[in-house]
Amino acid sequence: MGIELAEIEDWNCCGSTPYSSVDGLISSCMSARNLALAEKTGLDLVTACSSCYTTLRRTNSLLKQHPQLKGEVDEALAAAGLEYHGGVRVRHLAEVIVNDVGPEAVAAKVQRSLNGLKVAVYYGCQIVRPGPGFDDPEFPQSLDRLAESLGAEAVPFPLKTRCCGGSLIIPEEGVVLGLIHKLLDSAATNGAECIITVCPLCQTNLDVYQGRVNRKFKTHYQLPVLFFTQLVGLALGLSSKELGIEKGVVSAKKLLSRYS
Amino acid sequence: MEIFLAILLALAIFIGVPALVGLLITVSVVRYNRYQTARAKRALTNDTGFLAEVASIPGGEGVYQCIQCGTCTGSCPNANEMQYSPRKIIAMVRAGMRKEVLSSDTMWYCASCYLCTERCPRGVPVTELMYGLKQLAYRSGFRSGPTAEPVMNRAFVDLINRNGRVHEVSLMLRYYLQSKPLAILKMAPIGLKMFLRGRMPLRPHAIEGTEQLSAIIAKAHALEAARATVEVSR
Repeated sequence: MGIELAEIEDWNCCGSTPYSSVDGLISSCMSARNLALAEKTGLDLVTACSSCYTTLRRTNSLLKQHPQLKGEVDEALAAAGLEYHGGVRVRHLAEVIVNDVGPEAVAAKVQRSLNGLKVAVYYGCQIVRPGPGFDDPEFPQSLDRLAESLGAEAVPFPLKTRCCGGSLIIPEEGVVLGLIHKLLDSAATNGAECIITVCPLCQTNLDVYQGRVNRKFKTHYQLPVLFFTQLVGLALGLSSKELGIEKGVVSAKKLLSRYS
Repeated sequence: MEIFLAILLALAIFIGVPALVGLLITVSVVRYNRYQTARAKRALTNDTGFLAEVASIPGGEGVYQCIQCGTCTGSCPNANEMQYSPRKIIAMVRAGMRKEVLSSDTMWYCASCYLCTERCPRGVPVTELMYGLKQLAYRSGFRSGPTAEPVMNRAFVDLINRNGRVHEVSLMLRYYLQSKPLAILKMAPIGLKMFLRGRMPLRPHAIEGTEQLSAIIAKAHALEAARATVEVSR
């Protein structure tokens, strides 16, 4: 696709929602270290995780809006010989593919059309919110267009930006299984054969916990949950193995045998 | 016969003793967390300073803008689980109800989906406010809470502080040992499913710059302590 990725040297975990819950200043510092490392390269920062995307973007805007916080973060970074000037643009890989490459250019590269595959494109919350982001915060369309450029059919999915519960699955499994159930139900009743996601945590909740939802709500969902990158890769001719599709707990083997 | 007995004895010592010690440590940690939380709750008193304190957190100044319309509550996927709805908790902050707010479960059910923030007609960053309330609860000494989320967050943070990365197996072990040790058995099938598909690396990975991280954290703690002294003297 003409995109070259350079891994940020020695990046650290951005801290995600747990760190922001525990300590405001240090959580900003954790993000700022990554931003400082990225700033040295002069490139945009790209992540394939919605939580990293929101956390790093949030740090950028907090530092802009709150001079006192900025001063403290600068001091803490200086203790480690780092500095951040606020110049890094934080982007999600989905947005890069949609905006920089574009669905038309992707369509031109398709080797194996996913004709007839019905997908529910699940954006989740943190890729579109808080807005303004790269698409509508409640009813985004851009990744539906991307899926269609691969030949797939994006089914109507009213809950496409409803929350999957995120890391609350660990302390509050019962509550979060209810949220996941609603998502699976919405996708299935609209005729989806699989769910497409842009976030590792959404993937884990919808895929790994699908069996527990079935047990709790006496349902029989068998919806494979694929990353949007896997869907694109499949259409561009890469093998399931290269794409790690067999790592999904709900098997996509039968569904995708139509396209091999 | 003696060999058999010796092996049995060795097994009992090598497995039984560490298991017993582990259990004792776990039980004491869980009990200590509960004790600290109860103490923190007793120490809180309601006061008008609470509103100013919340408003001073980045994002917290939004409490002044709220018109109590309830859009946040209507949008929240977890409002049904909360002791006080998001709208109500804002009203309680404004009424200076420090004790009820910080010991409630409301903010611990926030999954940071930002729907309230997106829809608020007054532009109140409600999600930021929830982060602020969680931070204040920790600062007031809450080690566990009405839900187990505070324990999970701390386990997560401890791992990042040490290694710069999260390691799922360590996170789950720490979290369960400090909150509900027996429930770990329920998690085993999930862990196994992920392990079998190569999604659960057993060994943690640390970044090169752990010393850099420690320096940043130490400095940030010093700055926070300095800030707290200024606030007290005011």
